[in-house]
Amino acid sequence: MSDIKKIKDEYLNKLDSNLNIESLNKIKTELFGKNGQISNSFKTLVSLPNDERKKFASDLNSIKDELQKKINSKLKEIEIKEINSKLENEKVDVTLPEREINQGKIHPVSQVIDEISSIFSEIGFSVEEGPDIENENYNFTALNTPDNHPARDMHDTFYLDNKKELLLRTHTSPVQIRTMLNGKPPFKIIAPGRTYRSDSDQTHSPMFHQVEGLHIDKDINMGHLKGCLNYFIKSFFEVKKIKMRFRPSHFPFTEPSAEVDIGYEMKDGKIVIGEGDKWLEILGCGMVHPNVLKNVKVNPDKYQGYAFGIGIDRLGMLKYGINDLRAFFETDYRWLNHFGFDPLDVPSNYRGLSR
Amino acid sequence: MKFTLGWLKEHLDTKIQDTGLIEKLTDIGLEVESFENLNSDLDNFIVAKIINAEQHPNADRLRVCDVDIGQENNVKVVCGAPNAKKDLLTVYAGPGSIIPKNNMKLAISKIRGVTSYGMLCSESELNLSDESEGITELKTTKYSDKIGENFFKNKSEKVVDLSITPNRPDCLGVRGIARDLAAAGAGKLKNISNKNIKKNGSQKIKVSIKKEENQGCTVFGSCLITGVTNKESPKWLKEKIISLGQKPISAIVDITNYVMLDLNRPLHAYDADKIDREIIVRNSKKGETFKALDNKEYKLGDDMCVISDKSGVLGLGGVIGGTRSGTEINTKNILLESAYFIPRSIRKTSKLLNIDTDAKFRFERGIDPRSIELGLSKAAELISEICGGKISNFDIQKTDKYEKKKIKFKVSLFEKITGFKINDNEIVKILTELGFEVSKKKLELDLKIPTWRPDIIQPIDIVEEIVRIKGYNNIETLEPEKTKINDTLNKQQKLFHFLQRSVASKGYFETVTWSFTDSKINNLFKENLEEIKIVNPISSDLDVLRNSIFTNLTFYLKKNLDRGFKDISLFEIGPIFKNSKPGEQLTVIGAIKSGKVSRLNWNEKERPVDVFDVKKDAIQTLVEAGYDKKRFFIRDNSPSYYHPGKAGSVYLDKDDIEPVAYFGDIHPNIVKKLDIKTEGLVGFEIYLDHLKENKIKLKDQKPNFEYSDYQKSERDFAFIVDKNFKAQDIIEIISSIDPNLIRSIKIFDIYEGDNIPDGKKSIALNVTIQSSEKTLEESDLEKINKLIISTVETKSGAKIRS
Repeated sequence: MSDIKKIKDEYLNKLDSNLNIESLNKIKTELFGKNGQISNSFKTLVSLPNDERKKFASDLNSIKDELQKKINSKLKEIEIKEINSKLENEKVDVTLPEREINQGKIHPVSQVIDEISSIFSEIGFSVEEGPDIENENYNFTALNTPDNHPARDMHDTFYLDNKKELLLRTHTSPVQIRTMLNGKPPFKIIAPGRTYRSDSDQTHSPMFHQVEGLHIDKDINMGHLKGCLNYFIKSFFEVKKIKMRFRPSHFPFTEPSAEVDIGYEMKDGKIVIGEGDKWLEILGCGMVHPNVLKNVKVNPDKYQGYAFGIGIDRLGMLKYGINDLRAFFETDYRWLNHFGFDPLDVPSNYRGLSR
Repeated sequence: MKFTLGWLKEHLDTKIQDTGLIEKLTDIGLEVESFENLNSDLDNFIVAKIINAEQHPNADRLRVCDVDIGQENNVKVVCGAPNAKKDLLTVYAGPGSIIPKNNMKLAISKIRGVTSYGMLCSESELNLSDESEGITELKTTKYSDKIGENFFKNKSEKVVDLSITPNRPDCLGVRGIARDLAAAGAGKLKNISNKNIKKNGSQKIKVSIKKEENQGCTVFGSCLITGVTNKESPKWLKEKIISLGQKPISAIVDITNYVMLDLNRPLHAYDADKIDREIIVRNSKKGETFKALDNKEYKLGDDMCVISDKSGVLGLGGVIGGTRSGTEINTKNILLESAYFIPRSIRKTSKLLNIDTDAKFRFERGIDPRSIELGLSKAAELISEICGGKISNFDIQKTDKYEKKKIKFKVSLFEKITGFKINDNEIVKILTELGFEVSKKKLELDLKIPTWRPDIIQPIDIVEEIVRIKGYNNIETLEPEKTKINDTLNKQQKLFHFLQRSVASKGYFETVTWSFTDSKINNLFKENLEEIKIVNPISSDLDVLRNSIFTNLTFYLKKNLDRGFKDISLFEIGPIFKNSKPGEQLTVIGAIKSGKVSRLNWNEKERPVDVFDVKKDAIQTLVEAGYDKKRFFIRDNSPSYYHPGKAGSVYLDKDDIEPVAYFGDIHPNIVKKLDIKTEGLVGFEIYLDHLKENKIKLKDQKPNFEYSDYQKSERDFAFIVDKNFKAQDIIEIISSIDPNLIRSIKIFDIYEGDNIPDGKKSIALNVTIQSSEKTLEESDLEKINKLIISTVETKSGAKIRS
């Protein structure tokens, strides 16, 4: 008994010292190897008398367990230490740049079109489109602007033939004509798209974007027009209140016609929409002219309604503080990066139009 | 349309302040563009008094004057005029002034060693008369208490500039504006004073309107004024003309212009002695020529309305007069014309000849056909007053009586359109003040439309008149009703928006470029599409509609490379045009990528962009849009602007005729031609119109969810095949062997070179085999292995590499 106790004490002592994996394995062999001290002690069991054997065996087993437990815990300790020291050597400089990701961007015009569509979707409008090349009938005549009408001079038109029958649409209004010719009332549509006028300076660009709106039903009146535009402008500029002014104007395809101004003020050199005592013209609108309805075979005695046209680029400029219209179309990488939107930033009503 | 408020008040009796009038104008649809001193240059001319005049020390003919200009200190002015004497009241122009006569800008200058601050002006320099001998002498009685004030008094009066919409010719005259304001409650329209002018004898020059088809003139009124002395206009008239930014010419011309601006009644004055016997209003004959007052010689076509005499064309009626019969300062006898020309005819003629005049602008919009005599009276009266002369009786030739048009107006239409109600009496009042003759029936009004309102044709126009005058602010703002008739977006539109963001999410900047482009660049990309020329392009390098998105993308890519960017990814989604018919356009995504991947990267090897970068983006975009990648089929054909060996096309299905996308390197010749300097230039295009609409929604396309938990095995193969053999084919061969067992195939190596025969290559593949019914035994695997090898070998002529 005292022998094995001595072994136990000696080895517990050894195991407490600073060991590496090799010395620990050596101890293991010394104890439990073929000729290990504990193994050998078990071999002596058979030669012991019966009464002693039982007690000796029990002592020996508990010593064996104790040592083994100690060895195992030591082993874990060494392993952790070795992993730690290994990890210490594997350390990288995490402040180095991450792997490249190429951030793409959505053009402001596309973003604004999505915003507009989202707003009008909420009040029941659907989106229609039409071709960029139009005939003079859909672009002018059907819109109550016959050839001898001076209002034609207000549109500097790009023509594609010498007879002036084919042209690039000067507004999105021909989509009204196409939509009404191809369907039956009621109509409740917006039509965003490219439009063209042969005009080029700081504030005019030969191509720009418009969104047309059209709502025709049995009793849609100017109050609905005002309500719709008021709702749109408030939603678009994400303000609670808006100052809006309807001014009489003239468009051949609407009667009565109006231009709409919104109130704004300048704060730190930036336009703030909503309050203020300055007026900014942002769109044209009116009640669809009975002649236009007749031209598309809609009975003006039964149906009436409004139409409007808004410059998309200009809305974007106002909302996002962009000064130069021409920059929209110049593909300057720096500009696109600066004013572009993250592709995941999809304007929607429930998430909010803009972040 | 420009005018001063003073002028307006000659027609409008009003107590409303200026700012109130300005607001009112905008409220009733006469948009005020500006309200300011039009010609502030003239503010610099000041009534001044010479306090002292001394001999210039270095010049005999010059004097140095001390001039009182109403400020604390006198100024020194060097003056050469003999009449520059002490105590003279005259006109002083300070440094910075622009002299009306020669548009010279004054500066402080040294004249023979003496500094002169400004100048004392002669009447000639001020365009007041031809008197250039000395400086202006102002009457002491009138001006002695005005030193320091602006000489051009009306100059301090602000000029209103209205933007008159084309439907309102009546407001191209000050009186029409006054009438509108009066109707809107801003005052009372004054009556035109009807002085009985003395008329003697008949108009002796015979006038006839020739009866012809398309005759552009329907009324021609005239009178002779004999024995006039044409001269400069009196100051009040000059100032009126100048205040609108126009140049006074002579009394006769100024008077006709004044009447035009005042009443919107264009007139023309002929030198009666230059008219050969009689006036004939007729259609021109092709080839006739005449020299117009703009000093240009015009060659006329058929059927233009001309005023002629026995010797030929005198002028284009309602458009421009001719030099042959123009009045001059020594004109003695005048024939005054006041006529009506049909707008369509005016417009046609002026368009063809490209002439734009004040008269044309007005006649084209429609002049009051019943204002002939009013115009003649007013002008004749002024001419005889200012220039003397005897006025003949008026001669009026007409082929149309221009009775007032009638309209029945159902009062209920007003509320139906505007959504609010006003009482009938107010409606009657508004219309009456606008010049309508109103007779009230039960629910209707019988209206006679004033002849100066050619824009009013049907009841809806009456609604506009009433609501405009009543005020748009009376229209209620109704809550929008939210009923939906159709889905917001159709499938194609959803696809558009999805693809747009899908491409952007792969690192491309979206751009929007013109739909037109430079034909020289377009030619590189147009393939077999028709070139669509713009007849009147904005510039010669934007002369055609684009046949490809790449035209503008490559152009702007180069611009950005020139800005110092190297690795650029751009895309645009938009129209390309097949020909010039409406609707013959396609919606296309074009994307382009230049430079390198991982340029200057600390842990990844940099390499030029290549065909597989754009193939990845194109394929992944299609996959994200919901198309089944397993069915995609790649062919190595592509448009000629791609590199012939490094480009391909994507078909949604092997059997499809049209590809939905192209991808590849841009052809090196094009890169060279466009002088694009970059390490790599690749691109892809997706044709939205070729993308078949999925008939069923994506959610309904998904098969049942099935999976296998049995053990997977992987096997590697290497086949030696012909160099041109396509990887896609070998994958197709293997995957069709047993789709129930072969789960995936990956190509992990392509090798040519040592140990591989010439003209051959090795394709190494990894095949994953898994059954959904059982764990495969070694023998099963061996079987499928052998089957793969034998099938590939027979179908492709490949040899397994051992």
